[in-house]
Amino acid sequence: MSQLHSEHYERIRSNPRFQSLVAKRNGYAFIMTALMMFAYYGYILLIAFDKEGLAVKLGEGMVTSVGIPLGLGVIVFTIIITAIYVKRANTEFDAEAAEILKEAQK
Amino acid sequence: MISRKHILGGLFALLAAGAALAAGADLGETQKQATNWTAIVMFAIFVGATLFITKWAAGKTKSAADFYTAGGGITGFQNGLAIAGDYMSAASFLGISGLVFANGFDGLIFSIGWLVGWPVITFLMAERLRNLGKFTFADVASYRFSQTPVRTFAATGSLVVVAFYMIAQMVGAGQLIKVLFGLEYIYAVIMVGIIMMAYVLFGGMTATTWVQIIKAVMLLCGATFMALAVLFQFGFNPEALFAKAVEVHAKKDAIMAPGALIKDPISAISVGMALMFGTAGLPHILMRFFTVPNAKEARKSVAWATTWIGYFYILTFIIGFGAIVNLVQNPGEFYVGGEIAKGLKGGGNMAAVHLAKAVGGDLFLGFISAVAFATILAVVAGLTLSGASAVSHDLYASVFRKGCSSEDELRVSKITTLALGVLAVVLGIAFEKENVAYMVMLAFAIACSANFPVLFMSVLWKNCTTKGAVTGGFVGLFMSVILTVGSANVWEAVLHNPKGSAWFPYNSPAIFSMSAAFFTIWLVSILDNSAQAKKERELYADQLIRSETGIGASTASAH
Repeated sequence: MSQLHSEHYERIRSNPRFQSLVAKRNGYAFIMTALMMFAYYGYILLIAFDKEGLAVKLGEGMVTSVGIPLGLGVIVFTIIITAIYVKRANTEFDAEAAEILKEAQK
Repeated sequence: MISRKHILGGLFALLAAGAALAAGADLGETQKQATNWTAIVMFAIFVGATLFITKWAAGKTKSAADFYTAGGGITGFQNGLAIAGDYMSAASFLGISGLVFANGFDGLIFSIGWLVGWPVITFLMAERLRNLGKFTFADVASYRFSQTPVRTFAATGSLVVVAFYMIAQMVGAGQLIKVLFGLEYIYAVIMVGIIMMAYVLFGGMTATTWVQIIKAVMLLCGATFMALAVLFQFGFNPEALFAKAVEVHAKKDAIMAPGALIKDPISAISVGMALMFGTAGLPHILMRFFTVPNAKEARKSVAWATTWIGYFYILTFIIGFGAIVNLVQNPGEFYVGGEIAKGLKGGGNMAAVHLAKAVGGDLFLGFISAVAFATILAVVAGLTLSGASAVSHDLYASVFRKGCSSEDELRVSKITTLALGVLAVVLGIAFEKENVAYMVMLAFAIACSANFPVLFMSVLWKNCTTKGAVTGGFVGLFMSVILTVGSANVWEAVLHNPKGSAWFPYNSPAIFSMSAAFFTIWLVSILDNSAQAKKERELYADQLIRSETGIGASTASAH
């Protein structure tokens, strides 16, 4: 590793904004992962332990059960939660990373 | 014939009983149908068009980077479609709609499982993969570690996953061609082998990507048309569709509630873990993240992929219900001997194909049949490419012949592609009469127990060392294979041991094998006080800077 290269890295490493970006993004990623796991395993456990609850009809005289919109909801939730993360990472986090890299160039 | 029908019935009962949650990913044994010329002609057009693209791609495939990553110049949107094309298999289209057709609600549970791995890849993997890697996920896992052991492990993990996934696809192709085109099993296996070799050998990642994109667009368009046609019949009122389905289905109102698919919570969670984290350990999927220019596009890729795959699974649910209400109206056309009790012509997985005929006539039936078969080509091309890169990039260029030239590496990857193609055909023929239902699930179990923990810990845990990663990875790999062998799906269904003698009581080993892998990586790493380990921990700081900011990440080659 060249001297110049390691100085460059050292400046990034010692930049408190870098540390806070890493903490912020990792925290966000783990919260989002936890939410996804909660939604999915929650649904699976509901099926394992409360089949009757999911079979309850949506309304009087209807055949559609509660479990169907819930299940489709998990699919839609999966798409939305992914989009939310990508949106924030591609704008806010990327802009911050770019600024940190710029500061290290000085 | 009777005995074959018994096997089919038996397989189907197995599936319905949820004895193998994964069985829906398998097409089972099928019966040869009348030759379907429309489908064959449409498939020939698809092959012709994609080979034409391959010719164009061949002109652009000069370096190893072109071969593995299409020069890194694919956009996020294109890559999202290609990932969807790589992931949506014939088994998930025909298998899940068939499962909905047979059981209603339970099919939905199944498709959700196949989707939930995508956010995990997005949140934890996509940008880090792109920032640290060049051609394969082993680049990422071995970034700060000793190259030889980590690459050897990663190549082993990749090849084992690719092998099981590939056998399931080849056998699926052979079974499908009998019902879709009315041709012999062996034709399919040889044809798939040759066409896939042509794509990969000449067009590398560029051709593979476009084959996957075209297939994804065709599959999404075809499925959208079918779902819209079904909803149109009911004035776009799902309640009316469900009401009619409950009225005509043999199981009546039971199709609106969870059935026997989930029997014990441990199996359910374990299968869920295999699907959720296994997706993030599939080498052919991970490889796709190196085809985009930067982390931003890598993230966009997964967002698009998740959207298309999720949308597709919603469609298969509607298609399954559409098949319930449409096919019973014309038993003479769709059921064996015209009797509903005897089941669908060609087996339960043909629900979507018969529905295509019911809503779109012979021409559309030909189209859907061609698409279902083309789907296999796109998946196996991606598998072959990732298998070839594991051998040429991870083993040859990084272990056996360090510092070899790009041309040399490219030559080895092409030889490997040929070898893998021949091997796929041989295995496809060898496994014709075998029960391969467990294989895709096993591939997922290995991916989540071996590849994923090593990747995760090497990128996100500072104290991880070479010894820890390699030991833990192999523990996960062996444990997932051994426990799968002990489960009823293999011990009884494949090895023909007496019923009830399976010594591993759950459907998937993931909950145990993945935990064991993580634990071993942690334990061996913290006990590792060697100078090498110390150096590896120090390198983490630099790795972190690159993985978080993208500084120094490999860039798209000039085109």
